Amino acid sequence: MDKNNILNTSNDLRWQIGEGFHDKLTEAIYADASTIAQNAVTKKGDVKKFRFDKSLDKIVTSKTWGFPIMILILSVVLWLTIIGANYPSGLLAQLLLDNVHPWLKNLANLAGFPWWLSGFLIDGVYLALAWVIAVMLPPMAIFFPLFTLLEDFGYLPRVAFNLDSLFKKSGAHGKQALTMSMGFGCNAAGVVATRIIDSPRERLIAIITNNFSLCNGRWPTQILIASIFIGALAPAGFSGALSTLSVIAIALLGIFFTFTVSLFLSKTLLKGEVSSFTLELPPYRPPDFWKTMYTSLIDRTLIVLWRACVFAAPAGAVIWLISNITIGDATIAHWMIDHLNGFGFILGLNGVILLAYIVAIPANEIVIPTVLMLTVMTASIAGVGAGNGVMFELDSVTTTGEILRAGGWTLLTAVNLMLFSLLHNPCSTTIYTIYKETKSVKWTVIASILPLILGFVVCFVIAQVWRIIF
Amino acid sequence: MQKATKSACETCDLNANASLKKMGINTENTDYVIALAGNPNTGKSTVFNALTGLKQHTGNWPGKTVTRAEGGFGYNDKKFKIVDLPGTYSLLSTSQDEEVARNFILFGKPDVTVIVVDASRLERNLNLVLQILEITDKAVLCLNLMDEAKRLDIDIDDRALARDLGIPVIPASARSKEGIPELIKTINQVANGEIKCKPHRIKNVPQSIENALNKLSKEIEKEYPSIPNSRWIALRLLDGDERIIEAVKSGEFITE
Repeated sequence: MDKNNILNTSNDLRWQIGEGFHDKLTEAIYADASTIAQNAVTKKGDVKKFRFDKSLDKIVTSKTWGFPIMILILSVVLWLTIIGANYPSGLLAQLLLDNVHPWLKNLANLAGFPWWLSGFLIDGVYLALAWVIAVMLPPMAIFFPLFTLLEDFGYLPRVAFNLDSLFKKSGAHGKQALTMSMGFGCNAAGVVATRIIDSPRERLIAIITNNFSLCNGRWPTQILIASIFIGALAPAGFSGALSTLSVIAIALLGIFFTFTVSLFLSKTLLKGEVSSFTLELPPYRPPDFWKTMYTSLIDRTLIVLWRACVFAAPAGAVIWLISNITIGDATIAHWMIDHLNGFGFILGLNGVILLAYIVAIPANEIVIPTVLMLTVMTASIAGVGAGNGVMFELDSVTTTGEILRAGGWTLLTAVNLMLFSLLHNPCSTTIYTIYKETKSVKWTVIASILPLILGFVVCFVIAQVWRIIF
Repeated sequence: MQKATKSACETCDLNANASLKKMGINTENTDYVIALAGNPNTGKSTVFNALTGLKQHTGNWPGKTVTRAEGGFGYNDKKFKIVDLPGTYSLLSTSQDEEVARNFILFGKPDVTVIVVDASRLERNLNLVLQILEITDKAVLCLNLMDEAKRLDIDIDDRALARDLGIPVIPASARSKEGIPELIKTINQVANGEIKCKPHRIKNVPQSIENALNKLSKEIEKEYPSIPNSRWIALRLLDGDERIIEAVKSGEFITE
């Protein structure tokens, strides 16, 4: 056949040409490019204008200042988010929970809905949605635009540049810094972004460790719990700063785990050489402020919020159902929480949190609303909520804190929840994405289970040490 | 009235925007397929957004687009489908994002390939341009980020460039939509054959390789007479590219 002819000829010729074909070809292309460019480009003598980029790069990628500046920028972004989100969150909660919820209940009564239908729809589905919006929307609407502004300015490649040597030491690819940064927005997006890594070995490391980047579904959890429990430790004026610091500590811990787990993987399951690559530091470009606002609000905030709502609605329904269907003399939720409590105690958490994480596997975003709903139900706090599985009216972070304390929460519970929120299985979307990208059940399972095991170990150790000390 | 003057300008034949219909993600029944290729971070997604009216996220870092995005636009009475490819420095190595770009230009047989380059970094960008011109005859060079080049006092003779490369060259600043009308018009002209390209082919290849290339291309053309890029296939075969060897066996890159 002639096709084989072609291949045979090419094999023969390849032998004749000998080594270095690729290099010679590349050289030829470079030579052509250089000639053509020389014919077309005239650069005027003034090189001063290059200097702004260069001198800025000298500072933000310097050995001394690179890391402090990174941490400082992260702190400012988080601090603005924490300070800025509190007030609109309260306002939204007041509107959606204090005003709209009773109004809907009345409407259902007038329309003659049976109790179970209005309970299922309004106390289950609606309240879960309202909660997600009140808790999630304000921090996202602040965090995402800030992050996008940094991205458009051109800061991310500098972060990659700074972290490159650390990744290399962990046996991973320097471009993992970029996919890790993407993970801070959304792990599923971070996993898809690993396609920029050529070597399959390093790509797998980047996929498995991406979950250690706190995603936007988990930022609000961190921020809320930090504001309630950690911030309260400091005098009023400093509580914002202290909660910011604790959230940063968790984020940095996540980065630390990214490195150690990468190192572990490259020494055990995924042995191999580190491949080199070139990273272009693009010029700094002034971000187009309004366009950034638009794209980050529409593309990121609303899409992520929509996803959260899609998952929250059925979760709300499930919560209402498990707390209203009784087996024997207790509801399903009571029964499950009782059984999980023992294990939860060992981890310094409680049954409610573990159950919430089971219910919230589809989306990290609804963990806090679920925790609150379940806490209220089991603690049966007088005067809040109208029945089992009803999420209650909350108009400020302080009341949320009171509810949680009434549910038996301590500082240890809060710290371990923050840790567990960092270290647990990825959400179902991310798991599915990992499967699609790796096409391997084995690596999907490892990527899902590994962080969970780490979470159990870390929480267990902290809980034991804590109980010995205090 | 002020409005009248404005609309007179907008409907002028010379203003291609007048007959541009942004069709968003509607890409059904299109007449032409346009590929958007280029180095990372040269503004491909910005050009894509300007043409389709979509809001693909753009970001200032290489590697933003890893999958291909598709959109559509209409010009005159023709419908175009445009595919935003991941940015690549080269088509010679094979990371997954580079393969997406390479495979689409080679196997997707776009009617026109628009190569977006960073005007302030022309020489480096030309490496990819020259490789793409080995694959396809129908290409337009979009000399993007002209505003940045101007700020850096870099002057580019776009006519000399067009002559050397053998394809139309359109200076543009996609961010402020400058040059987009001209780009649309040129894409249309290349697509319908009004403009014929005579793309530059890589010179400076050592004689021994050149001879081998000629011999192999002839062999390929004998088997597949309609093939436009036998030299590129020969190049890749000599480099031992598995995917291309496979493609030669199945004959999947053949037009018609």
